[in-house]
Amino acid sequence: MDMKRDYYEDVRIFTSGAVIFWTGILLLLLAIFPFVAKNYYVYVVNFMAINVIVVVGLNILVGYTGQISMGHAGFFAIGAYGTIVLMTQAHFPFLLALPSAGLIAAFIGFLLGLPALRLEGPYLAIATLGFGITTTQIIGKIQMFGERQGLHAPDLIIGGWHIKTDKDFYFLLIPITIAMVIIARNIIKTKVGRAFISIRDADIAASTIGVNLTYYKTLAFAVSAFYAAVGGGLYAFVLRFIEPELFSMFMSVTFLTMVVVGGLGSIMGSVAGACLLGFLDLQLRNILEIPYFGDWIRMLSESYFTLTGASNIQLIVFGLILIVIMLFEPLGIFGMWIRSKKYWLAWPF
Amino acid sequence: MAFFEVKDLSILFGGLKALDNISFKVKKGEVYSIIGPNGAGKTTLFNCINGIYKATSGQILFKDKTITGKKPHQVAQAGIARTFQNIELFDNLNTMENIMLGRHLYMKTGLFRGGFLWGKNSFAGKEEAVHRKKVEEIIDLLDLQSSREKLVGGLPYGIRKQVELARALAVEPELLLLDEPCAGMNSEEKQDMIFWVKDIQDELGITILLIEHDMNMVMDISDRILAINFGQTITEGDPESVRKHPEVLKAYLGEDDGECTA
Repeated sequence: MDMKRDYYEDVRIFTSGAVIFWTGILLLLLAIFPFVAKNYYVYVVNFMAINVIVVVGLNILVGYTGQISMGHAGFFAIGAYGTIVLMTQAHFPFLLALPSAGLIAAFIGFLLGLPALRLEGPYLAIATLGFGITTTQIIGKIQMFGERQGLHAPDLIIGGWHIKTDKDFYFLLIPITIAMVIIARNIIKTKVGRAFISIRDADIAASTIGVNLTYYKTLAFAVSAFYAAVGGGLYAFVLRFIEPELFSMFMSVTFLTMVVVGGLGSIMGSVAGACLLGFLDLQLRNILEIPYFGDWIRMLSESYFTLTGASNIQLIVFGLILIVIMLFEPLGIFGMWIRSKKYWLAWPF
Repeated sequence: MAFFEVKDLSILFGGLKALDNISFKVKKGEVYSIIGPNGAGKTTLFNCINGIYKATSGQILFKDKTITGKKPHQVAQAGIARTFQNIELFDNLNTMENIMLGRHLYMKTGLFRGGFLWGKNSFAGKEEAVHRKKVEEIIDLLDLQSSREKLVGGLPYGIRKQVELARALAVEPELLLLDEPCAGMNSEEKQDMIFWVKDIQDELGITILLIEHDMNMVMDISDRILAINFGQTITEGDPESVRKHPEVLKAYLGEDDGECTA
C-alpha cells in the first residue's frame, strides 16, 4: 500500500515509478517504430492516432458529461475542411489553421449544445445525428469546399520542415496526439472535469452546489467538437484528399462505438478502443484477401447478404464486437483492465 | 430585516396548490425546522428555495436580497446549500472528489489552466492542494476518513448521507437546507447526526433549515418549528407550543383521540 504524502499526488500523472518506466518504454517504442515498420503500418498508426484524438474528445462529452452525440463526423468534417480552406484561401500556416478550425468547430459545438440543454438520451441522439448529416450535405454544396469533387490538401511545410511521407507526418501527429490525451486527462482531473462528471451523475445536485448546468453542458460540447475538428484537420493530411462522402453517418457511429468499446468515462480506455477499432477498421477491409476464409466469407455474403459481395463486411464484424463487449463487459476495455488488475493483485486467490 | 424570509410563497402544479401562501422568517444562527405529514409540501418548499421549482407567486429573501426566480447555481452562489431526501451523490466519484465538487464555487481553474496542469507549482496544482486541504478538514469533522478513497456508489446508506452533508458543508453556506438527514438511520447514526447538526450550528455558525420526521430530533435541536399540512401553515413557534398545538396533533395522529401525547 503506497502512502500519499501530498495532496498533489491525487492529481499527478505519474503515480509510481512503474508508470514512469512503462511510459518511457512506450515513448521509446513510438520513437523507433517508423524506422523499423513498413510504410503501410506507419499509415495505420497515423490513422489510429487520429481516432484517438477524436474518441478521447467524444468521451469527454459522452462518457464524462453523459450527453450523447451521433454527429461527430460533422465536427470532424468542419476540422478537415476548415484547416484546408484556411490554409489555401486565407494562407494560414498549418499550426495556426488547425487550432483555428478547432475553435470554429468548438463554437458550432457550443451552438449545438444549446438545444442539448432541453434534450436527453435518444432525442439528443437524433438531433446530433441530424447535425452530422446536415453538415456533410451543406459542405457538399459549397463551391469553396470543392462541392462533390472534394479538396486536395496543400503542401505541408512547418518552418523549414517539408512533410511529405507518412513517416514525416507521424512525427508531427504523435506528439500532438500525446499532448491532446494528456490535456484531456488533466481537464478531467481538475475542476471542469469534475463538473462534467457531476452533471452526468446527478445534475440537480450539481446545480445546487453551484455548477452552472448551461455553461458546462455547452462547454462539454465545445471541447469535444474542438477535439473532433483537430482530428479532422490532421486526417485531411493523412488522406491528402477529402470529399463529403467520407464524413458519413457511419463515421459518427464508428467514433461512438470506439468510445463504448474502450469504456465510457475512461481516457485510457478511449485510447485503447480507438486503436483497436481503428486497426480493425483498416484491416477488415482486406478480409477478403485472406486465403480460404476470404473466399468463404465472400460466398456467404453473396448468398445471404448483398449481391455485390462482402464490401461492407467490416461493419458486420464491428457490430459483432460491439454486441459481444456489451454482453460480457459493459465497461469495455477499461473494465477488462480493471478486472484483470484486481485478479492479479489478489493472485493466487 | 430578516436573515432569511419566505413571503406568501405559493406554487401550483396544475390544479394542485402544493404550497399555499407560506410565510416565515429565519434568524441568523438558529435551527428552524419544518414538519408536516408526507405530502405536506416540505420538499417542494426546499425545491422552491433552491430554484429547482419556480414559485407561482410570493418572494424568497436571503439577506434582504430576493432569490426568487434565480437558477440553482445562483442560489448556491448566494450562500445556500442543501442535502436531499433521496441521496443525490456523484456515484462514480470517490468521497474526496464528491466533497471537492462542493468547492466548485471557490475554484478558479478553467479549461486552460486545468488542461495544462504542469505539476505541483502550476496554478491548477496549487489550487487542487489548497482545496483538498479544506476538504480534509470537513472529512475530519464528520469522521469520514475511512471512506475517503472509496467510490460513494458502494458506501453504506448512513455514510452516504454523511458524504452529502460534507459536500454541502464544503460550499461554506450561510444557510444549510437539510432534507430529512436522519431518514432511514438507526438510533446510533441518528445520535451522531444530531451531534453534527449542533456542531455545524455552534462551531461553524451556519443557520439551518431542517425537514425531519423524527420528532425527538426535531424537538431536541430546533429553536423554532413551522408545521405545515396540505401546503398550508398550521402553526409556527417554539418546540413546546408546536408539540401541544391541537392541529399538529391532528395532522400527525389523527382525530378523535383526547389522550394522546406526542
